[in-house]
Amino acid sequence: MAISRRTLLGTGATGAALGLLTACGSNTGRDGGGSGGKGPRLAQWYHQYGEPGTEQAVKRYAAAYKKADVAVQWRPGNYDEQTAAALLTDSGPDVFEVNGPSLDQIREGQVVDLTELFDGVKDDFNPVVLAPKTYDGKIWAIPQVVDMHLLYYRKSLLDDAGVRPPESLDELVDAAKALTTKDVKGLFLGNDGGAGALGVTPLYAAGLSSVTEDGEVGFDDPAAARTLGKLRQLYADKSLLLGAPADWSDPSAFVQELTAMQWCGLWALPAVKKELGDDFGVLALPADGPDGKPSLPVGSYGAAVSARSDHKTEAKDFLKWLWIDRTAYQEDFALSYGFHIPARLSLAKKADKLKEGAAADAVRYSTEYGYSEPLLWTPASRTAYQDALSRIIKSGANPASELKSVVRKVRAELDRVKKKS
Amino acid sequence: MTRAPLGDRLPGTRPRSSRLLGTQNRTLWFWIFVGPFALGLILFTYVPLAWSVYLSFFDAHNTVSPDDFIGFDNYASMLRNDAFTDSLVTFAVFSAFIVPTTFVLSLALALMVNRLRRAQAFFRSVFFLPAACSYVVAAMIWKLSIFNGVRFGLANTVLGWFGVDQTAWLSTTDPPWYWLVIVTVRLWLQAGFYMILFLAGLQRISPTLYEAAAVDGARPGWQVLRHITLPQLRATSVAVTLLLVINAFQAFDEFYNLLSTSSGYPPHARPPLVYLYYTALGREQNLGLGSAGAVLLALIIAVVTIGQARWFGLGGKED
Repeated sequence: MAISRRTLLGTGATGAALGLLTACGSNTGRDGGGSGGKGPRLAQWYHQYGEPGTEQAVKRYAAAYKKADVAVQWRPGNYDEQTAAALLTDSGPDVFEVNGPSLDQIREGQVVDLTELFDGVKDDFNPVVLAPKTYDGKIWAIPQVVDMHLLYYRKSLLDDAGVRPPESLDELVDAAKALTTKDVKGLFLGNDGGAGALGVTPLYAAGLSSVTEDGEVGFDDPAAARTLGKLRQLYADKSLLLGAPADWSDPSAFVQELTAMQWCGLWALPAVKKELGDDFGVLALPADGPDGKPSLPVGSYGAAVSARSDHKTEAKDFLKWLWIDRTAYQEDFALSYGFHIPARLSLAKKADKLKEGAAADAVRYSTEYGYSEPLLWTPASRTAYQDALSRIIKSGANPASELKSVVRKVRAELDRVKKKS
Repeated sequence: MTRAPLGDRLPGTRPRSSRLLGTQNRTLWFWIFVGPFALGLILFTYVPLAWSVYLSFFDAHNTVSPDDFIGFDNYASMLRNDAFTDSLVTFAVFSAFIVPTTFVLSLALALMVNRLRRAQAFFRSVFFLPAACSYVVAAMIWKLSIFNGVRFGLANTVLGWFGVDQTAWLSTTDPPWYWLVIVTVRLWLQAGFYMILFLAGLQRISPTLYEAAAVDGARPGWQVLRHITLPQLRATSVAVTLLLVINAFQAFDEFYNLLSTSSGYPPHARPPLVYLYYTALGREQNLGLGSAGAVLLALIIAVVTIGQARWFGLGGKED
């Protein structure tokens, strides 16, 4: 039989219909391959950790849970934004890790109250990372690990230049300048000059804060302008590495000797140690001014349950099993891949890897110098501050006038969130 | 046997084959064919648009079903917001530069390709090929390879041969080298497409015009270009300009991929859509404010487009 036009068009239409059905049936995370447990299916989302082995580990944990069929999704790209959008829909995750949750996510009822899961163990969680996940007396996410930012420095390069590890922001400015050569920059704070990576850390280094404990703007003070002006000095001196192929959260610039010092995270410690041996040290951001103290941000991704989940009870049970009960998995997750401090104080205390070298320094800094970003520091406040800091650093804008504008915006944002209380 | 006379057919009876014709059934077939597309358009375009306008009157953080009505506060807030107004200025400066440069470059390419006697198809394809490249892919090549900011970037390597210090192209604001990266990637991606439009326009110009001009003593080159070629390309030029301006309004992909970092996006070189993205869909999840900004931007585009149409005399009587 010859193929007629009608037959051809009919076949094409059938193909198009099949394609449409295939597209509609694509994996939304809830119907994908699970871990084989009995009971309801749970979609669990993680952001893409860079350290090898982590993905296999979390899938192994999920497979070990027998009361639900847990499907792990390892999501590359801008995880926080993907998650925020997914929580508005019914195709989002049941269980997910979140760098937050933010105040608005909590108050709009996007996450489930997990307070009851902490009965009997609440005091064992590091309060620095539990506080930002607590609102209105309730806990909205289980801290998985403690992470922090650090200033890495190359000992040999500092020795060669006759520079000692900086103990004040002024010394950091001088050291970065002295360490800069034609091929190696003194310091890498991120391709944006530090506005994103440092954030409000310089404020804490000046003895201030982003939001005070009683909910007021914490940096309406001349010290803030003075301190931020020194970041501009780093840029103006051309001491900063800019335009690196990998941004600040990756230690490549440091280990490839593009820079002598780099702001990065605790997670990079194994990679740095592997490449440089003992030829590196870690610091907090040095103090500035008479009331300043060294500072570094401490935070954690927390495990949360989506309020849109059809299996909230089962999801909470799973989280309790994984992040409260299974301490062996928690220790494994924190210490066997990449590098993090366990969120449980009892686990952190007995972790041998955290008792020597740069790791011991980091642990000490996390309690002595660590601060966590308060819930009241909303994304809008962060954006306004970060824009101003970027203009101060890169465009030489006047710190005092820029901060005055930010104070006004942050105050308005604080008024907004208080109004809804 | 003889055929029955026509008079035997019952009066008023229509032939069977015409039963599906008629006003009633034509309407039915119209909806059978148009209905699915109309339904899709309504569901996926008009309903979201209406919902967006609705959201713009509410305080809608992390929710698409808000209950805190605030009237025009979002609009006032957005208009007072220097980040939004800065993004409009960024767009204005960007389009003031990219529209004429793309226009001139694509016209020049079209004129050169049109004069080729041989291999015209080859060069046409070569210049058009970048149009098939994804903005995201091109941005990554520009960012990580050509204009990488460290010593092993292509531009820095070449300039290093001449003793120039390495430049962090995308991270340097004084002078604003990032514009060089943004503009060159867009020129590369777009010039070929508009070259094709100009080529089509050039090939519609009757050769007799050039012959008549030659007879009248017009010199080849600038004089012919100015008095014959360009006037004949007026319609194509108008279309190209309109498309370029609208396209500049929609600038997002290359800006976002070149300049965003894991920590966010810098306040410089931020076009309106990037700012609205961060407000509404990014970390802020302020859907009310973002929707208000989107409505304002749509109104601005509409006004500019209408103004442009009036300026070019579209819709008016033929000269």
